[in-house]
Amino acid sequence: MRAGPGDSPGHQDGPPVGRRVVLGMLGLGAAGVAAGPYLQRAVEGVTSKDPTGLSGLLPGGGGFRYYSVAGTVPARTAADYTLAIGGLVDRPATYRLADLQAMRQRRIVHDVQCVTGWRVPGTPFEGVPLADLLQAAGVRPEATAVSFGCFDGSYSESLTLDQARREDVLVALRMKDQPLGHEHGGPVRLYVAPMYFYKSAKWLDSITLTSTVQPGYWEHFGYDVDAWVGRSNGRDDAPTG
Amino acid sequence: MTSMPGSAAPTGATTPRPADRRPVLRFTRAERWVHWATAGLMLVCLATAGCLYYPPLAELVGRRRLVVTLHVWCGVLLPVPLLLGLASRALRGDLSRLNRFAPYDREWLRAVRRRSYRRPAGKFNAGQKLYAAWTAGAVLVMVGTGLLMWFTRLAPLLWRTGATFVHDWLTVAIVVAVVGHLRQAAKDPEARRGLRTGRVDPGWAAREHTHWDYRAEQPAEAGPTGDTARGVACR
Repeated sequence: MRAGPGDSPGHQDGPPVGRRVVLGMLGLGAAGVAAGPYLQRAVEGVTSKDPTGLSGLLPGGGGFRYYSVAGTVPARTAADYTLAIGGLVDRPATYRLADLQAMRQRRIVHDVQCVTGWRVPGTPFEGVPLADLLQAAGVRPEATAVSFGCFDGSYSESLTLDQARREDVLVALRMKDQPLGHEHGGPVRLYVAPMYFYKSAKWLDSITLTSTVQPGYWEHFGYDVDAWVGRSNGRDDAPTG
Repeated sequence: MTSMPGSAAPTGATTPRPADRRPVLRFTRAERWVHWATAGLMLVCLATAGCLYYPPLAELVGRRRLVVTLHVWCGVLLPVPLLLGLASRALRGDLSRLNRFAPYDREWLRAVRRRSYRRPAGKFNAGQKLYAAWTAGAVLVMVGTGLLMWFTRLAPLLWRTGATFVHDWLTVAIVVAVVGHLRQAAKDPEARRGLRTGRVDPGWAAREHTHWDYRAEQPAEAGPTGDTARGVACR
């Protein structure tokens, strides 16, 4: 019998390597949290210059991340897409994609900042200023807010009327000078340049003027309604503009 | 193995057989339960992490709020099976074995580096000891950084950025470690049987865990497995 003493519980000798490994991991974890912001910046510095795109697979590799609150999102094309404007307006209307494309377009190049931390620098968005659509619909005096609905069947967003009339709020049709793809909320999404990106609802299909602000999807779960980048949600990111 | 004189006689009803091939107890029910509960929670954490993080999976699954809820709850529950398991004396005993490094554990690590097959080990080999301790530490770090990210008002923003960084990169390391763990398990059916049924072949134990004195800790009454036929023949 080769089994010797020393491997029965209670009669253990030898250094407590297990405990040291656990404590070492905790120490490394704490050090990583402390150094993380600087290391993160270093990683972004490298991956932003990566031409292969492989770094997109790494944590914090940069670029957009796909967030959807619905199971499957139906695809809409120019043939079947419509955007309805209603609520407290004088002239409710329904726009097809071609109608929106025929209107005045505005192009904005700002950073995109997600409330979960990722940021995509200098991303061009192009579309119809929301103010133009509101003007065309004739907002009634009792309206103070705008509520947005999406054809994923779940998501919603909202802005005050003053916010909605800003020139840097678009009904976006193009991103990076390409038609908006489905995974980026195409064919039409909202783009609220100065706010965290959850305000920029994907797959936009309805705009409703309301008398009070109707909090959007994530705002029921603790996110701020007035989502200015750097001045809300307990974050201090640099402004996107 | 010591052989016992006279034991070859089939009529020696009270004498144990010499080459006793009856499976020996390696893990109690409590220990197996802790292992599989932890494994299940870990797999849900990794699968949901993939759905939150990896764009093709995220587009396939969507349902972000449900996936987040599953992920955070399975995450905070990860240490619970082990904590409950501390009520078991067998589990506490195995934890103290996993903790200590004996001289033969260093020998085992040297043998791995030299690709030698003479690898002495106690009930757990040095690789299993390191994996267990590393995983325990990693889970604690993941729970800590996860809580910082979940309760966003707990800590200043800079901490949260750091916590996200650690959580993301440690996930990659954990995936590598878990894949390695599964590969080792895939190579050793008897080790898997130990975690499935609690019992292993004594020949396997003597071969793979040379310094494990499993005889010293078998239950006073022989276990039910493989016992019935002999019992009938002898009584």
